[in-house]
Amino acid sequence: MNTISRPSFRSLNQEGIVFAIAVVLFVVAAIGLPGFIDPNNLVAIVRSVSVLGILALGMAVVVIGRGIDLSAVAIMAMSVAWYLQLLNTGTPDGLAFAYVLAGVLAIGLLNGFLVAYADVPAIFVTLATGSFVFGYVRSQLITQDAVPVPQGHWVELLGGRRFLDIPIEVFVFAGLAFLFFLFLRYTKWGRYIYFAGDNPVAARNIGIPVRPMLVLRYVLSALVALIAGLLTAASLHSINTRVVNSTLLYDIVLVAVIGGIGLSGGRGGVRNVLVGAALIGILLNAMTIIDIPLLYQNLIKAAILLGAIIVDGIINPRDEQTAQQGDI
Amino acid sequence: MSFRERLQSWRYNLVPDHLVGEILTKRWTDNAIPFLALVVTLATFGSLIPGFFKLTSLQESTRQLGEFSMVVTGMTVVMLGGGIDLSVGSIFALSCFSAVYVFFILEQSIWLALAASLATGLIFGAINGYLVGYLRLRAFLTTLVTFIFGRALFDILVTTYAADVQLSTATSDVLDFIGDSTFWGLSVSVWLAIILAIVTHIALTRSRPGWHVLAVGGSRRSAHNAGIRVRRTVFMTYVFSGFCASIGGFLIACRLSGAGPGTGLNLEIMALTAAVVGGVSLGGGRGSVIKGLMGAIIVLTMTNGLIRLGYGTGTNQMVLGIMLAVAVTIDIRWLKNRHKVLNEVYVAPVYLKMGATQSAAPGSGTPYELDNRLSAADHIGLGELEGPEDVILDRDDHLYCGTRHGEIVRFFAPDYVKSEVFAHIGGFPLGLAFDKAGNLISCVGAMGLYSVSPEREVKRLSAETARSWTSIVDDARLRDPNDCDIAPDGRIYFTDSTKRYDAHDWALDSIENRATGRLLVYDPTDGSTKTLLDGYRYTNGVCMAHDGKSLFFAESWACRVHRYWLEGPKAGTAECVIRDMPGYPDNINRASDGNYWMAWLGMRTPSFDLSLRHPDMRKRMTRRLPQDEWLFPNINTGGVVKFNEKGGIVEAMGDLTGGAHPMVTSMREHKGYLFVGGILNNRIGRYRISGADPNWTSTASYWGARS
Repeated sequence: MNTISRPSFRSLNQEGIVFAIAVVLFVVAAIGLPGFIDPNNLVAIVRSVSVLGILALGMAVVVIGRGIDLSAVAIMAMSVAWYLQLLNTGTPDGLAFAYVLAGVLAIGLLNGFLVAYADVPAIFVTLATGSFVFGYVRSQLITQDAVPVPQGHWVELLGGRRFLDIPIEVFVFAGLAFLFFLFLRYTKWGRYIYFAGDNPVAARNIGIPVRPMLVLRYVLSALVALIAGLLTAASLHSINTRVVNSTLLYDIVLVAVIGGIGLSGGRGGVRNVLVGAALIGILLNAMTIIDIPLLYQNLIKAAILLGAIIVDGIINPRDEQTAQQGDI
Repeated sequence: MSFRERLQSWRYNLVPDHLVGEILTKRWTDNAIPFLALVVTLATFGSLIPGFFKLTSLQESTRQLGEFSMVVTGMTVVMLGGGIDLSVGSIFALSCFSAVYVFFILEQSIWLALAASLATGLIFGAINGYLVGYLRLRAFLTTLVTFIFGRALFDILVTTYAADVQLSTATSDVLDFIGDSTFWGLSVSVWLAIILAIVTHIALTRSRPGWHVLAVGGSRRSAHNAGIRVRRTVFMTYVFSGFCASIGGFLIACRLSGAGPGTGLNLEIMALTAAVVGGVSLGGGRGSVIKGLMGAIIVLTMTNGLIRLGYGTGTNQMVLGIMLAVAVTIDIRWLKNRHKVLNEVYVAPVYLKMGATQSAAPGSGTPYELDNRLSAADHIGLGELEGPEDVILDRDDHLYCGTRHGEIVRFFAPDYVKSEVFAHIGGFPLGLAFDKAGNLISCVGAMGLYSVSPEREVKRLSAETARSWTSIVDDARLRDPNDCDIAPDGRIYFTDSTKRYDAHDWALDSIENRATGRLLVYDPTDGSTKTLLDGYRYTNGVCMAHDGKSLFFAESWACRVHRYWLEGPKAGTAECVIRDMPGYPDNINRASDGNYWMAWLGMRTPSFDLSLRHPDMRKRMTRRLPQDEWLFPNINTGGVVKFNEKGGIVEAMGDLTGGAHPMVTSMREHKGYLFVGGILNNRIGRYRISGADPNWTSTASYWGARS
């Protein structure tokens, strides 16, 4: 990915630094923390970041195209909550899933339409739709914060499924990461995303369907969020909609940005997501082993995110003379 | 006049279409949509909730409004500066906690608590400001992160100290007063919010730092290039936002006597929604404190109303989401399409039936009959000049003219080959005149009336007149000052051709044909400017009569010349002396034989005359055709006409080849020669007038021989 749009040494630098930090952390934790190096713990690390990583993949595609999707977590939690609620109230599985899929697609399309065709900044569109999705589903469609998975449903069975003693979501994460890698690296549409993110006007001028592709990215992100939600429900046997108000959303952005995907678009790739996810996974796991309370973990994560954004701002500085007016 | 034409004339001359466009140019129209939303919201919830407008109910809602609107005021200022502050909720909560901590746990005075609160807000704001302003990080993400950071910090502090606060016995009358009491029916927090709003409004609209904020928000790059310290300005907006949020936090600490996990929750999205719903533009430069307050009332009414109507968890977020999406979309679309709408409706042509005219064709035998004499004129400054609208000569025979580049150029006598820039003014100098002291007076397009002393010192004499009472767009500013002349007593009479268009849009004015031209007078004794006459179709050239008791002025699009009396029984009135000419008159100047020279900038055509009787057609034309294909006055042929004191035409001359002087906007007689200028020409012509007084000069005619 490093040869795409940036002098390669810089790319190596940023991604390399993060990777190095991850390795150092890993080594330090392996030496200093009891039980860290244990295979089960290593699997737990990967498992703990797999849902985060899947969401970050969706976010990465959007960010590479110079956008951002703040509605991802709301879509993830609320779509699955609605799905489970429908199942619990006796709607046939196929029909319920069709409803939910339609809803998710509709939100993705709405996001994309408003960003692409109404020229509204992605940040506001997705902030608004995220708020709307949460509010609508919570107030109109479900009755309590947490919705359990019905007994014996395939989502529950999915959670118990293991292969080679590794939970299924790890494979899903790996599979999706590979698919996204192929998509971004080897398909025409994937390459177009980089062009559109790097210079939307030029991309449009050379005939790339910039607007339909914008819509596509938000739809993709919404679908990825649905998958992540199903996996979450599978491993926890329920979905708690309070996750929308947690810091999960910022963790997603954190994974993408810290891995080296520039927020100004056009750079980065699946590898950056993996590096970012690795660092966050190691960090969270280490903090949990040291027994840092959740509140302090949030504080530390926020500090790291702030550092990542500052570094991003210094490495990819905004150009005063060419910056778009109103680009906030 | 046929019935159809009469209908058209009523439709287009009596219905004030042009007001729609003028209203749309006003910035206050931006307020219309949020104001309407405010009224609808209040009416809806007022009718749905019984007792909504009762005093106690209002007091409870307004108490919350006080704190909330402060936060919104801070957010508004940040947004006006082109940023966004999502951390207001955290600042609010942390400031609230600081006050609570100092007061209840340290048991210090309430004033110290206030100081702690403000310090928290200012420091937090300064951090945001440093990151966004000086490090130029992206405002949205940066403040999002500082928001999470602050929130995490607050959650830790609240869980740590909640029990201690509960157990504290500290009380204070001041605290209770701020928290609970009311003045004239409004709580302290509302009063403080009102004061803050007024101060902020005045600072934004009437102080240098406020203007800097708006300039930076309007165009960051231009502000930077204009020398405004952009980074510091941005920094200050965040500090101010932190300050506002911290006052809000202090007030809620007083009101609730504590801080809880819910303090300031979702405040950022509410404040953002309020600002955007109120019409504060994303990306900066457009908006006001009042808009923010309107938005605050809408959002708070909406969310509180929904709670009181008994809707469950999440409804708030749903409604906020919808409001935010709709408001942002409307804002973006409106900003993007406003000028298109304006272009669509601004040009509002009127009906005019031009009178039948005599022909000016060669060989027609009329007094207007043009010949080819001007094609024989010598040229001065060929290729060096662009747009000598008016020409004038001084007592030493040097020749002066304005150019498109904003300069007055002087050609040296006797051969007018060498030239120099006499003065740089900046705007396009049009009409020229010398006053008694030898100052060169000039009407500068789109700028005003200027004077250039012989020492080349440029001075502005007038740029505005009194505003007329019925104007919607401020018509005090001189939009298109065109020509001037000076009375024996030193007063400067000048024309302002149109109130509707800028000078370079004169073609649009001719197509609209609305009578908005003015005759004005500038009095050098007290520096005042007065409007004498209003409502002419493009007032143009002005010339003092030889006796100095009246003046002639041209009304271009109506092809008329009027005489305005300065003295005598008709003083202060105008009468039409020449009507229905075949050409569009421009500048008028004295001739040596007691008559007057008048320039024709173009000739009437039957097609354009016909179009003046079809305003609907001209309206469609300006909307649907590219500018190049519009029908407008023929300016490819013009000429010079001499008329006498009574308005009788003496002679006419032109350049039928079109090679040298197709269009004439000015001419000046000097020592037997006629110097000819044209606003679109690249030269000044010098034409030998047969039989003219070889010693007569215009300056001497006005001010006597050199003393």
